[in-house]
Amino acid sequence: MTTIRPNSFRSGPDERGHFGIFGGRFVAETLMPLILDLEKAYAQAKADPAFQAEMDGYLKHYVGRPSPLYFAERLTEHLGGAKIYFKREELNHTGSHKVNNVLGQIMMARRMGKKRIIAETGAGQHGVATATLCARFGLECVVYMGAVDVERQQPNVIRMEMLGAKVVPVQSGARTLKDAMNEALRDWVTNVHNTFYCIGTVAGPHPYPMMVRDFQSVIGNETRVQIQEMEGRLPDSLIACIGGGSNAMGLFHPFLDDPSVEIFGVEAAGHGLTQLHAASIAGGRPGVLHGNRTYLLMDEDGQIQEAHSISAGLDYPGIGPEHSWLHEIGRVTYLSATDEEALAAFQLLSRLEGIIPALEPAHAIAKVMELAPQRPKDHLMVVNLSGRGDKDVPQVGDILRGKKS
Amino acid sequence: MTTRIEARLAQLKKEARSAFVTFVMAGDPDPETSLAIVKALPQAGADIIELGMPFTDPMADGPSIQAAGLRALKAGMTLRKTLAMVRSFRASDDATPIVLMGYYNPIYIYGVEPFLADAKTAGVDGLIIVDLPPEEDDELCVPALKAGLNFIRLATPTTDDKRLPAVLANTSGFVYYVSITGITGAAAADAKAVSAAVSRIKGHTALPVCVGFGIRTPETARSIAEHADGAVVGTALVDAVRGSLDGEGRATAKTVSAVADLAAALAQGVHGAKQAAE
Repeated sequence: MTTIRPNSFRSGPDERGHFGIFGGRFVAETLMPLILDLEKAYAQAKADPAFQAEMDGYLKHYVGRPSPLYFAERLTEHLGGAKIYFKREELNHTGSHKVNNVLGQIMMARRMGKKRIIAETGAGQHGVATATLCARFGLECVVYMGAVDVERQQPNVIRMEMLGAKVVPVQSGARTLKDAMNEALRDWVTNVHNTFYCIGTVAGPHPYPMMVRDFQSVIGNETRVQIQEMEGRLPDSLIACIGGGSNAMGLFHPFLDDPSVEIFGVEAAGHGLTQLHAASIAGGRPGVLHGNRTYLLMDEDGQIQEAHSISAGLDYPGIGPEHSWLHEIGRVTYLSATDEEALAAFQLLSRLEGIIPALEPAHAIAKVMELAPQRPKDHLMVVNLSGRGDKDVPQVGDILRGKKS
Repeated sequence: MTTRIEARLAQLKKEARSAFVTFVMAGDPDPETSLAIVKALPQAGADIIELGMPFTDPMADGPSIQAAGLRALKAGMTLRKTLAMVRSFRASDDATPIVLMGYYNPIYIYGVEPFLADAKTAGVDGLIIVDLPPEEDDELCVPALKAGLNFIRLATPTTDDKRLPAVLANTSGFVYYVSITGITGAAAADAKAVSAAVSRIKGHTALPVCVGFGIRTPETARSIAEHADGAVVGTALVDAVRGSLDGEGRATAKTVSAVADLAAALAQGVHGAKQAAE
């Protein structure tokens, strides 16, 4: 199959929500009227300067943006190649990039008069961000979380409850992120009259992949300005981890039309690509789930397979549809990092830079460790440090102690 | 060309009867027992059989139908085997319409054209695909109509008068009105609201309207059937399967009769309705 290269990589999706063959609106009829309403409301908000101004105010004073672009001097020295910068999304209020998108969606919910917010969460970062903004704006909040994830991300469960959210452990299927999303969709179908579904990543039915991308693009837009201030030019490469892919899309999108910028997404290879993993592009093929067509892990009958990653935030058998498209047209290169590699990167970064990363961006750091030494010293590499590791400290502590004994 | 669905509904209309539409999951609790259940349904009074195509992630279904799909998958059910099951059923029954109901991904992976050809040959009459709204008609709906299969669309309480024409445009066979906003097996259907909704839909189409979601008992089935061309029961039958299984989730001697007996009671409710009304 030959793919026609578009004039711009930033013009998608089309009016039906398609990025090439990916995306779309594969949802039950009950949800369709609301999805069409949301599309219309979002188009109006996007054209409304007051909406953007209000967003900017909260992003600055509540979230703490802009997040710094930081030169990781010791990691750069240690790896001996490319000059490495971190986009410090882990310094945002609530500890990850998730808050950028949640703020936008909560403001949409307010515009649409919806008083009840539901969300799915894997690592709990999206759940915490949603619970936080619901507290801030006095909205009811219900978060669906796989029972396995409730277990391995206890600190975030406690945080969500402190913020007044109701956390519902999901017992169906593999009891991780995919099943949490199924359960959130079931809630939405039931309570569609008063409920806004705050999706945590660049996936789901149109307009979600586009809307979440737009809200997260603040990451790449800031990076463009910051790197030019610090280095007087654009970066040579970008790298970010990918579960659904919202932190990656936020960093990548503003650079898609700059051909000199090489772009790398890092999927979770779990125990390795021939075993249990969560790398939908490396190990999957196009299918339809959760409202969109995209790369998915599945068997020959089209049944969705269980993903595995040490990182709850990447433990999902799919990926956002725009990433599937960027992969097929070859604009972004998708790599993968195993649990072991991510753990090694987690420890290296903690000791070299005094930054304990979340296990999710530790996957991106793992590939930086591979790519940076192969690049010249004047190569500028920006990595999205999408979340902080506080939530992972108990889990990683157990793993490391287990290894020692 | 008239499908078995159209023929059956036309005949029932002549007899002033409502259709009793049954839903069971293909391959639940295992392929052989499931075939025996489906074969017993027409005799129990089922006018149309909806056969669920098992899927790992049924996002519009409640716990009962989710569990039924997982039981079927665990017993090795696939889309190919579901089609084989329809073929076996057709060997002894060439009149009862069969509608396959489920989600798009297994069909997409099978391949739309091969699936439609194989389904038609096997004796399938129509499709209900939960996650294909009219906005995605090019995917399967339009090719299915071309292949001579009915594409039965769900209309819901959120489908307002402005949207109904779009939903009905490529619908054929019958309209499936989902009586609640929610998942299968959740709330109980309210006969009065259903009556109003059915009249509203009939203002836009000449197609028969069958009503489902939230019908569990012969009494509800009767009261719904009084206002519609058919009543669909799924979760209650699937629960009867589950209730008949042994400790390890295997079929017992009672499994087929448990479903058939409940179906017969529900059929009495539905078939009593229009006679009482007219």
